Amino acid sequence: MHELSITQSILDIALRHAEQVGCRRITRLNLVIGELSSIVDDSVQFYWDFVSQDTIAAGAELHFERVPGTLRCLSCDHTFPLNGRDYACPVCGQTQVVVAGGDEFRLESIEVE
Amino acid sequence: MAKRVPVVEQIMNANDQLAVANRARLDAAGVFGVNLMASPGAGKTSLITRTVEALKDDFRIGAVDGDIATTLDADRIAALGVPAVQINTGGACHLDASMFQSALPQLPLDELDLLVVENVGNLVCPASFKLGVHCSVLVASVPEGDDKPYKYPVMYRGVDVLVLNKMDVLAAFEFDVDYFRRGVEALNPGLLFFPLSCKTGEGVDEWLMWLRGEIVKFRENRE
Repeated sequence: MHELSITQSILDIALRHAEQVGCRRITRLNLVIGELSSIVDDSVQFYWDFVSQDTIAAGAELHFERVPGTLRCLSCDHTFPLNGRDYACPVCGQTQVVVAGGDEFRLESIEVE
Repeated sequence: MAKRVPVVEQIMNANDQLAVANRARLDAAGVFGVNLMASPGAGKTSLITRTVEALKDDFRIGAVDGDIATTLDADRIAALGVPAVQINTGGACHLDASMFQSALPQLPLDELDLLVVENVGNLVCPASFKLGVHCSVLVASVPEGDDKPYKYPVMYRGVDVLVLNKMDVLAAFEFDVDYFRRGVEALNPGLLFFPLSCKTGEGVDEWLMWLRGEIVKFRENRE
């Protein structure tokens, strides 16, 4: 339910960058969303049409690059997907692991014309 | 002809911007802010009452209490003689920076050393909404089960301190503390951990000693 304010922020960032380069309209936004960022991209999409109306980004396509949550084993350096059962390394069985990916949440680029 | 414009900007939502403003306000008033998050019934209010009772002679304490409805928790805390503001979120499952901001003028900030915020009981949404405090504490409890770090990784990942309450009933539950801590350690390496019981008082002194130290450190950094 917090995606509305986040969608607004995405729009603000896109409009600011579009203004810097000078363009008629924004056609596409490329977003990177990690599994651990707890952002639901369907909800962002849902709010997008609403917040972008009457701006130069109206009708722009949202592209989501989803980054899965991954862990890295501190013993053998193996990287493996986050699962909900156990955080043990599937290769060596060690449980000393750290999060290696999935925190991302950024606007990578916009496409304008 | 479409062209691509690189942006590469972290998306910081309006909430985070307000949180920064709240933090500045606490800093200016010299108030150390703590946000307590937990599932319903983990013992947030019990930990606050324990803490207020133990520290109120040495520090000036205020509280902000978030709940969907009622003033039960704020009443419990106000009964200890400290200013407490209740925020009824009216259905929202978390406190956000704007609710916290609206609570601040209702407290005598310049006359406080410590502000304890009790978030709405929920292990999901509060993790995504910074308030602008100095420290986030997750209060877990034994009856919830030892698999919670695996089921709610975002919450366990985003906090500065972990309290495990209700240690007095550990024997009655199949709670594997090692399994629990392994999950926590993977998500949040080196996370400060205080196993305790608000009921018996076991382990509470270690928590209090840490909190005292943090308030003193905060004051010294200000001077």
